[in-house]
Amino acid sequence: MKRIISILLENESGALSRVVGLFAQRGYNIDTLTVAPTDDDTLSRLTLTTQGDDQMAEQIVKQLHKLIDTIKVVDLTVGSHIERELMLVKIKASDAEVRAELKSCVEIFRGHVVDVTASTYTVQLTGDSDKLDAFIDAVREIGIMEVVRTGVSGIARGDKFLRV
Amino acid sequence: MEHLSGGEIVIRALKDAGVKHVWGYPGGAALHIYDALYRQEDVEHLLVRHEQAAVHAADGFSRATGEVGTALVTSGPGATNAITGIATAYMDSIPLVVISGQVPKIKIGQDAFQETDMVGVSRPIVKHSFLVTQAEDIAETIAKAYYIASTGRPGPVVVDIPKDVTDPNYKVPYEWPANIKMRSYQPTNKGHRGQLKRAVKTLLAAKKPVIYSGGGVILDNASDQLIELAQRLNYPVTNTLMGLGAYPATDRQFIGMLGMHGTYEANTAMHESDVIFAVGARFDDRVTNDLDKFCPHATIIHIDVDPTSISKNINAHIPVVGTCTSVLDEMLSIADEMAIQPDADAIKDWWTKIDQWRADKGIYTANRYEPSAGDIIKPQDAIKALYKATDGNAYVTSDVGQHQMFAAQYYLFDKPRRWINSGGLGTMGFGLPAAMGVQLAFPDAQVACVTGEGSIQMCIQELSTCSQYNLPVKIINLNNSALGMVRQWQDMNYSSRYSQSLYEDSLPDFVALAEAYGHVGMKVTRYEDLEEKMRECFALKDRTVFMDICVDKSEHVYPMQIPGGAMGDLFLNKSEKT
Repeated sequence: MKRIISILLENESGALSRVVGLFAQRGYNIDTLTVAPTDDDTLSRLTLTTQGDDQMAEQIVKQLHKLIDTIKVVDLTVGSHIERELMLVKIKASDAEVRAELKSCVEIFRGHVVDVTASTYTVQLTGDSDKLDAFIDAVREIGIMEVVRTGVSGIARGDKFLRV
Repeated sequence: MEHLSGGEIVIRALKDAGVKHVWGYPGGAALHIYDALYRQEDVEHLLVRHEQAAVHAADGFSRATGEVGTALVTSGPGATNAITGIATAYMDSIPLVVISGQVPKIKIGQDAFQETDMVGVSRPIVKHSFLVTQAEDIAETIAKAYYIASTGRPGPVVVDIPKDVTDPNYKVPYEWPANIKMRSYQPTNKGHRGQLKRAVKTLLAAKKPVIYSGGGVILDNASDQLIELAQRLNYPVTNTLMGLGAYPATDRQFIGMLGMHGTYEANTAMHESDVIFAVGARFDDRVTNDLDKFCPHATIIHIDVDPTSISKNINAHIPVVGTCTSVLDEMLSIADEMAIQPDADAIKDWWTKIDQWRADKGIYTANRYEPSAGDIIKPQDAIKALYKATDGNAYVTSDVGQHQMFAAQYYLFDKPRRWINSGGLGTMGFGLPAAMGVQLAFPDAQVACVTGEGSIQMCIQELSTCSQYNLPVKIINLNNSALGMVRQWQDMNYSSRYSQSLYEDSLPDFVALAEAYGHVGMKVTRYEDLEEKMRECFALKDRTVFMDICVDKSEHVYPMQIPGGAMGDLFLNKSEKT
């Protein structure tokens, strides 16, 4: 099953490569990875998604925790949580009919057209990964030129938080 | 406050970290550090002949003393030569600090002369690593390196220092940090009390228990606690290859090493057991054999300081994270409080079974190999002669292969930190430099390097280092003119097609070679000379001796687990299986 793992990491050179290297070294896959400094710029927050059963997820969390640079690690999938991903899609849109169809599709998915040329629309969309997948399926026939996804960012619902 | 250059700070920080010996090899990027080393007397440097040996020597020193070992190398090839040593230490959780020179910061990434991304190259085989970017950070980084290397599950730490950071003309205030606190690194020491109570209860209720102890007990100096617990309960104890000596091998309750070349009684007891008490061990594939057939009746209690070792290969029913010492202490006190006695009748029956296994197929109750005679010297007998000549008191390092297994089986270690081998990585070439490290730590002790003519040639240049520092190690070379363990596998699995495992005609005259380095060389070809020559060898207290013993080429190591089988499924000799 899909796992969303959140990591609070020292914002130091080489720290990210240790996380990524661990996955390669132990034979785990990374499906998506997002990383950026937090409000405290000595800390980075990572969200990564991977596949695995409970035992594998437990081992991944333990291995990540063992890295000296990691401060906290949590498997968000075990509790209720919010996941969001941002996607930019460039789509062929030369004739009026297609442009109209696209616009309505973007509205249904609550996206925005953020750039327009005579032959293309560039659409911005946020949501969970399933929603973004659904949009891609919906516009695939029209002609996708380029897809850029940020990968999942996640946060736990309710009072739980990840902080030093 | 004192002002020092980066190079001076490196050496001063080593001194303040309590380091007395550094093994290393100079080179361009490390020369500022080497100059600072030259201008002081607190830290002694030992010059090896290859950086791999520097790390192995620091490693051997650490295994024998429990202190953190230290090596110093230059950038590029110096750093990459150190890699095998670092990986060896990593696999066996040995605390080391390896300091490597690096090209100046401004040249990093330019493919400069002798540039290697050491932090990158070493990343999968270190506990942690640092690239120091300014002189002001050196002291704290080195303090952190020693702290990280020696706490929690120990391991090697690399500190990579660009040459400009050690510039002799740039001086900064020096202060040694009094204590180290890291928000991201706080290892767990004490076990969870609720879990410990469950563990004690389960252990006391066992009818067929086995205590399975590993290298963690030795690393954490928990041998006394292990002995007390085992003897109070009268439970059988088996040690892993890395754990030998944690429980005295000559004690009745010791049932031998377990695993691939473990004893029949240890492997069978594990397979039949109802409770396995694993302490400081990690259920390595060289122990478990086929995971699906592993110990089907056993409840598993697993103590380890590293949470990732628990339930990695084998699911633990009662996991406890903590150091071996604190957990065993706590368990002893809980056992006192509970005042429950083990089931004496069940344990007695269990011992009857184990004693029967010992008598039937054990390697200590009878010789399970053909006797030596004339010019046939069995390697097992060479180890027995070594044991006799040293009264079982030597520090024994080994290389990797058949000789290593024979030493593990037939040298009966009664004390921890006496058996020093590369168990996890299986590094040929480890034995001689490791023995140098041990001899440096204990100048008056008997130090034997049990090796083979294959392994010894992987670091044989260190005979020169032995001359330079008068390290009187005794090299016990079990010479079978072949890569013995490879040959054994080729006998068993490849119809004796000896692909690239033979080199008989090209072996050096080891006696002459030893003499060329200024050492004593001895050759033994006849069994009746073995004991006498061994005594002669160890009587030469101040000399490095290379003892070349021509052993039986056809001998195999047994018992040997049958691949794909359960723990207790063993080949007992060339024609007999369990």
